[in-house]
Amino acid sequence: MLQLLGVSKSYDQTVALQRTSLRITNSSITALIGPSGCGKSTIVRMMIGLIAPDAGEVRFDGTVLHDDNLLSVRQRMGYVIQEGGLFPHLSAYRNVALLARHLKWPRDRIENKIAELTELTRFPRAGLTRYPAELSGGERQRVSLMRALMLDPKVLLLDEPLGALDPMIRFELQTDLKRIFGELSTTVVLVTHDMAEAAYFSDRIVLLRKGAIVQEGTFDELVNNPSDPFVTQFINAQRSMFPGGSEAIS
Amino acid sequence: MRGIAIGAVLFLALAATAGVVGWLLRDDSFVKIGSKSFIESVILAEMVEGVLTDAGIRAEHDHVEMQAQISWQAIRNGEIDLYVEYTGTLMKELLVEDHLETIDALRDQLATMGLRMTHPLGFRNNYGLGMLEQTAERLGIERVSDLVDHPQLRFRFSDPFMAREDCWPTLRKHYALPQHDARGMNHDLAYLALVDGACDLIDVYTTDAEIEHFGLRVLEDDLHHFPVYEPVVLYRADLVERFPGIEPALKRLEGCLDQQQMMQLNARVKYDKRQPGEVAADYLKHNLGIEVDVEIETWQQRLVRNTLEHLRLVAVSLTAAIIVALPLGVVAARRKRVGQVILATVGIVQTIPSLALLAFMVPLLGVGVRPAIMALFLYSLLPIVRNTHAGLHDIPSQVRDSASALGLPGAARLFRVELPMASRSIMAGIKTSAVINVGTAALGGLIAAGGFGQPIMTGLTRLDMQMIVWQGAVPASILALAVQGAFELAERMIVPRGLRLDQTR
Repeated sequence: MLQLLGVSKSYDQTVALQRTSLRITNSSITALIGPSGCGKSTIVRMMIGLIAPDAGEVRFDGTVLHDDNLLSVRQRMGYVIQEGGLFPHLSAYRNVALLARHLKWPRDRIENKIAELTELTRFPRAGLTRYPAELSGGERQRVSLMRALMLDPKVLLLDEPLGALDPMIRFELQTDLKRIFGELSTTVVLVTHDMAEAAYFSDRIVLLRKGAIVQEGTFDELVNNPSDPFVTQFINAQRSMFPGGSEAIS
Repeated sequence: MRGIAIGAVLFLALAATAGVVGWLLRDDSFVKIGSKSFIESVILAEMVEGVLTDAGIRAEHDHVEMQAQISWQAIRNGEIDLYVEYTGTLMKELLVEDHLETIDALRDQLATMGLRMTHPLGFRNNYGLGMLEQTAERLGIERVSDLVDHPQLRFRFSDPFMAREDCWPTLRKHYALPQHDARGMNHDLAYLALVDGACDLIDVYTTDAEIEHFGLRVLEDDLHHFPVYEPVVLYRADLVERFPGIEPALKRLEGCLDQQQMMQLNARVKYDKRQPGEVAADYLKHNLGIEVDVEIETWQQRLVRNTLEHLRLVAVSLTAAIIVALPLGVVAARRKRVGQVILATVGIVQTIPSLALLAFMVPLLGVGVRPAIMALFLYSLLPIVRNTHAGLHDIPSQVRDSASALGLPGAARLFRVELPMASRSIMAGIKTSAVINVGTAALGGLIAAGGFGQPIMTGLTRLDMQMIVWQGAVPASILALAVQGAFELAERMIVPRGLRLDQTR
């Protein structure tokens, strides 16, 4: 579905991403994880073409991402970022409908789709007329998710979608997201810095450090078969927060 | 360097377009009469209009009063067809480089420039030095040479008098005058300063109505320093072909007024608050037997006319500025390097004092509405360009990325996301431009562009505070407030509600 082939990215002297290859298979849920500046966001942004790689190529559904096909590729992807990135000048409804309206969908098609999405994301219908500034953080993320799902994307990219939420809302949204991923069975790539979250959502975890992939595999593989001391270190650093250890996570 | 070049080319292209448009819109079907910005010149222009109309020639003196140099420019460019000028001004100032000694030499020189002049109209309006009668009496000063014994006297001269070779610089040498406190100031205000005792001696024109009104003593030019200033009608030679009866008509004005009469006519406008057209018509009726219909403008009509003229200056220049500045602001926000050049160029335009900017337009575009609109246009660019740039630049990167990631094409991103999000900043820029524009447009009075600047200029020459305040300053302020209010309303309609909400939640 999505493929990075030997991509790299540097800004001036800083290497954001070393030469990296990664394959995202159809209907899989992948978590990109690592400390700040490890290159996890760079990878997702590259997948949707917000960042062009210095070398290598990104393939989506077999075609290489290119300036000419960028728009049509993006329209087949959904992208959710921290804080939602909602358009503050548009109501929730208009935020969700923006691209569909631009593509001249008929009004009832838009309305039907949005009705379906409010069900899916459990977003209160009355909130659709509100502006982002009038919504809570959790509601904003639901709107952002609806916007990403409006065109039935083949891939859903989420860049720290729960990063800015307080714990209660975060928990609620985590549960909903997990359910939604299950119902939609789309391909999901999720960026997080929280190992518990990565383990909860994904079939496969990609751990990065300093712009390079350290290890990829299931949570158990990472715990039991670390390819590098850093892997254990990273997992323990987060696990130690919980009195019950890894049991609390799974 | 490249930036400056682009800026200059842009500027010249705009100026040239304005020039060509103006030339194409030229109307040659009537005689355009100009006047300089003092009462006598306006009265004489009205008289010229009277005799031409009486001879069946369509003529219009359009209430546009110009600074001295500007009317000379205007007649040479054909923006006006005739105006009343003084022989002394022509020989000693406008054509001083040609060192003309006689009236015939002047006539020949004018002919080479496609200009002609009538014989003098009768009176002389020379330069002179005036003091309050009682001061002069107390100090025993009758002649200019008597000033030598009073070095403490404070002189206040009109700016041309200070600067012109045949006035103060040589007068001082000619009479060996010892006074050091000699400064320039507006001629009309100098009279007030003299009466208030803020100075002791000023330059006068010998037909000034103030001489009688304030009881001034005009000192005798005993060493014959001042040149002779006789009014003549200066007109373009091509008028003779366009309007064959024009020369005989103008001839009727030759020698028709003496100094006393002219001073009285000036006084009737200045102190009796009569309109120049009315005074001129009276004179023509009683002395030349010419009946003229004078349209006397009521103050309401004048207020409406000035308001419309002012609004036109503002509306045209501001609309043009919005059309040009918005795209420039967008480009500036999109392309960093070009953006710096654009911001620097419009920034530099803004540093030019508004008066100077207006003055630069005159050689390029002549006088009147066009140069004023051009100057106002240039002046209105910066706030709009800068606020458009700032508004777009300040859009949070998450929002920008979200718009890109959705797969919206560039134009849709601009119109559906970026411009609406920057709308508040853009509207604030437009509002600032509009308010500055309304205020600056009042300077248009200096280059004959009409609007509220006109009564301010005219009021100044007539020392008519009522006119300055009620026809100029107050309506201009009210208009500025109204424009601001209108834009605040527009802002409420244009800026999306979502942006006006408290973002803290």
